[in-house]
Amino acid sequence: MNLTWILFRREFLSYFATPVAYVFIVFFLGLLGAMTFFMGSFFERGQADLAPFFAFHTWLYLLLIPAISMRLWSDERKTGTIELLLTLPVSATQAVIAKFLAAWAFAAIAVALTFPFWITVNYLGEPDNGVIVAGYIGSLVMVGAYLSIGSCLSSASKNQVIAFVLAVLVSLLFTVSGTPLVLELVSSWAPTQVIDVIAGLSFIANFDAISKGVLDLVNLIYFLSVMALFLFINVILVNLLKAR
Amino acid sequence: MAAMIEVNGLCKRFGTIQAVDNVSFQVARGEVLGFLGPNGAGKSTTMKIIMGFLEPDSGTTRLEGFYIQNQPIAARRNVGYMPEGAPSYHEMTPHGFLGFIAGIRGFSGSEAKDRIAMAATQTQLGSVLYQPIDTLSRGFKRRVGLAQALLHDPDILILDEPTDGLDPNQKHEVRSLIQEMAADKAIIISTHILEEVDAVCTRAMIISRGRIVANGTPDELESRSKRHMGVSVTATRETCQQLVDDLNALDGVADVELDSRGLFVKPSGGSDIIDLIRILVRQRGLSVADIRIERGRLEDVFRDVTIPSATGDGL
Repeated sequence: MNLTWILFRREFLSYFATPVAYVFIVFFLGLLGAMTFFMGSFFERGQADLAPFFAFHTWLYLLLIPAISMRLWSDERKTGTIELLLTLPVSATQAVIAKFLAAWAFAAIAVALTFPFWITVNYLGEPDNGVIVAGYIGSLVMVGAYLSIGSCLSSASKNQVIAFVLAVLVSLLFTVSGTPLVLELVSSWAPTQVIDVIAGLSFIANFDAISKGVLDLVNLIYFLSVMALFLFINVILVNLLKAR
Repeated sequence: MAAMIEVNGLCKRFGTIQAVDNVSFQVARGEVLGFLGPNGAGKSTTMKIIMGFLEPDSGTTRLEGFYIQNQPIAARRNVGYMPEGAPSYHEMTPHGFLGFIAGIRGFSGSEAKDRIAMAATQTQLGSVLYQPIDTLSRGFKRRVGLAQALLHDPDILILDEPTDGLDPNQKHEVRSLIQEMAADKAIIISTHILEEVDAVCTRAMIISRGRIVANGTPDELESRSKRHMGVSVTATRETCQQLVDDLNALDGVADVELDSRGLFVKPSGGSDIIDLIRILVRQRGLSVADIRIERGRLEDVFRDVTIPSATGDGL
């Protein structure tokens, strides 16, 4: 555990060693603000809640989270530090988990910095703060799921751009799988059980359920399983590809 | 003394290339083993397998009794390894980086501080300790990699080209450092600088196309040289030409070659011919600048065993 903490600390601090972290946070907050106010009609709706704010999280994460995760492993492989890291007395599993947690903690800071939205709705009206807390929890576990996909695919290529594109593609599959577009495509031939499974795999559907204030264990378990699955594949890929 | 590093029958194939071919050897405490070989001979691959970074197709490695394949964490605990190219996290400072390594090695507080200071002193990093590694010269980057491997004062050191990219003074410093530590450690260094072997290694192994083609002390290897125990005579061109025929007629002389500095007399059957040559020179009343016995050159041995066409009937 202690080793994981040391690996975590190094990885987490490395985000702030360059301006990348600050640029990312500013970009994330700016974009989220613009979407909430202009596309989500935050004020015009006249309702004291953060629904228009959370509505854009999925789409923003789809593009921005792979940008955080793309360097996790591809950079280690490209610069050769992976050989240093994995010949220290640490296991690949420890390294994968530590790096993932560091990325998650960094993303959590970006999400936490959206607190002015919360203050704003509380200033303007009397929102249901329970729903908002649920929304933030849902948002955080969804970030974790996107990051696990990104971390996994970052170990698949030495090239960060390829890692980014792969992560966006796989994330997209998980994001849109429950949308009418996809469901209509498969409903003509697939049995209903399959359609239900595909619909259930959707990040959007699971996140919507949580952010409406229904903190159902099923949705949380769903996101946690996605993380476990992709981190498991991540460990396998790291061991398989580390020396290539 | 029991071997600290035991390598047994390692084989590794990449596609059609046999990168490591049945490599076995042992290194005991107090030994410095020099891995020699042309680029791409399999030195780094062998080191990666020893450290458990690469899986061999067959064969085993034991570090202080622990099998690297079965107990990788325990096997690596008492080993310092500097991989090829001395990788480190470039956005960190040497101080931060060594702090990270100290943490991984289980040091904290004042002990970590002492270890970092010690490693930085040994590798002379003091002046750049708080600059990002990214901004450092190649020599400093290499020394950061070296400091990382030394930090926990391990019993086993495996260093892939520790002096590559250093200037002559720095090379000398690193060699002295390795020599100082050699007594109570088992050390493997890889290099393609032959003088390094003479300077620091107690034993040298030449690897070519994945195979060990020569293994012995530097002296033993030098004795395999064609020039070993030969006599070189430094003199002017005319003097040499006057001498050639007489030398060829001497008992125990196999061959005489003229070269740029004089001539080289190759003995037959390891006989001691230097006195005969001295007498001959005196009798003829010639003056020569120098007559001496050659130790043999590692460079010749290296070329002989690593260039296929020059191998002849082998060593």
